[in-house]
Amino acid sequence: MTLAAGVPETAAATEFAVRMRDVTVAYGDRVALDDVDLEIRAGALLAVIGPNGAGKSTLLKAIAGLIPSVAGTIEVLGAPPGEAARRVAYVPQAELVDWGFPVTVGDVVMMGRVPLIGIGRSPSRADRWAVRDALETVGMAGEDGRQIGTLSGGQRRRVFLARAMAARPDLYLLDEPVTGVDATTEEDLMRLLEAEAAAGRTVIASTHDLAAAAHHFHQVALINGRIVAIGPSDIVMNRELLRTTYGGHVVVLPEGEGTIIDDAHHHDDAPAGERHFHEGRS
Amino acid sequence: MSPVEFLLDPMRLGFMQRGLVAAVLVGIVCAVMGAFVVLRGLAFIGDAVSHAAFPGLVIAFLLGIPLYIGGAIAAVSTALAIGWVAQRGRLRFDTAVGVLFAGMFALGIVLFSTIDNYVADLFSYLLGNVLGITFADIVQVTVLGAIVLAVVFVLRKEFLYASFDPAGAAASGLPVEWLDYLLLGLIGVTIVVSIQTVGIVLVVAMLVTPAATGQLLVDRFWDLVRVAIAVAVVSALVGLYLSYYLNVASGASIVLIETLCFALALALSPKSGWVGRRRRAAVTNR
Repeated sequence: MTLAAGVPETAAATEFAVRMRDVTVAYGDRVALDDVDLEIRAGALLAVIGPNGAGKSTLLKAIAGLIPSVAGTIEVLGAPPGEAARRVAYVPQAELVDWGFPVTVGDVVMMGRVPLIGIGRSPSRADRWAVRDALETVGMAGEDGRQIGTLSGGQRRRVFLARAMAARPDLYLLDEPVTGVDATTEEDLMRLLEAEAAAGRTVIASTHDLAAAAHHFHQVALINGRIVAIGPSDIVMNRELLRTTYGGHVVVLPEGEGTIIDDAHHHDDAPAGERHFHEGRS
Repeated sequence: MSPVEFLLDPMRLGFMQRGLVAAVLVGIVCAVMGAFVVLRGLAFIGDAVSHAAFPGLVIAFLLGIPLYIGGAIAAVSTALAIGWVAQRGRLRFDTAVGVLFAGMFALGIVLFSTIDNYVADLFSYLLGNVLGITFADIVQVTVLGAIVLAVVFVLRKEFLYASFDPAGAAASGLPVEWLDYLLLGLIGVTIVVSIQTVGIVLVVAMLVTPAATGQLLVDRFWDLVRVAIAVAVVSALVGLYLSYYLNVASGASIVLIETLCFALALALSPKSGWVGRRRRAAVTNR
């Protein structure tokens, strides 16, 4: 066993769920993340916020091992990205999912179990139980048979969180889990994520919603192609840092809550090379 | 003629028996792979791969080796090359596919035109000749088809997850890139075993039409596959009888019946009627 770097084997043995040192990620010659240093403790409930094209999705994908870094080292649950994949659950942005695909709610949640079930095998009673349990947890009990395209935006996010939970991961990587959902769903999903973090699992979620980040998450990372600041949300979410992160696009209200102006229309000059697909493409 | 005679009469002929078996087998394999082709938007690739098989067939003919080996090498390598372009290319994907397959097909035509005599064998690959199928062909279709279906069966959960959400599947540890190449390779093999039955020009219909019919009618992936298989089998039977009694081209008859099934589903399905329209509207307004 080569543990030359003194890398511990399990999350229990390590303090950090994710460590990034001098990490640079690029799409071709466009740099999406530049020289990122980041240490995220196990049990953290971390919001990643920043303007569109700041590299929020890229950061999550780099941690998930979906895109390679061109420089630096990433350690996820004590291993290189992708090595501890079965302990990681990644949920993509809603706009990257083909909602017309012929799968039901139950099918989607069962996908969370696929790596655990193993090649060639059918789901066992335990797998089916895990699916039912996860659906009940997210408030979608009894909805297994519905095609996913028939669900509301909030229900879709609930189902994808259920898929992540069914995998029983140690690390959640959630791309915009509460974007475009109603207030009740946001409260419900954040309560569940808080419980997961309290149980020692690590939750990293990107969000556009500064108010949600300040209110629900314990920690916040402000990014804009690099890490602007990271720390407890009440300290990091201040006027100066938000202005640095968003450029001129933040109006800071007297209460100190930030509001993003004009955030949704930056696709064209997105420096990070994030590609967005919108629904309704036929 | 009694109904029993109507059904049994063509079956007194050996070539009709073999044609029927081949058409049903090919239909089933195409229906299963077609579900992936349709849901992943690979219809154009299916067409490209079948055309790209042509130079392989001609070269095999010129070298005097079994034609399907040449076709298989050309088709599968084109499928994998397309996968490679998709993963790293700078061109738009459909542009790259268009360039690749037209070039391959042109190469086939040029080589074909160097052959002095009329070559019925090669023509049958262009337009299909299900009634010229030999027993050895059936063995070959059965073996290759069984391998394709066995691989899909073993990896059924993984293929479905990787098709629906490649990023989520890859992050959870599934070898998605590898699964994609394997899927393209299986599609290539499927096309090669189908070419002799329906021909290069029409094989894409065998892949796409039954699965598309299924997509109009049901909401679950494996239900879609079942509907596609049913459409393919019924079309193979009806199409062959039609071609026997009307004395028309067999492969094209099968494809026409499949198209008819699709049209019926389009007209009658609750998903493409007002229910479907309302559903799509709800999605757009989200």
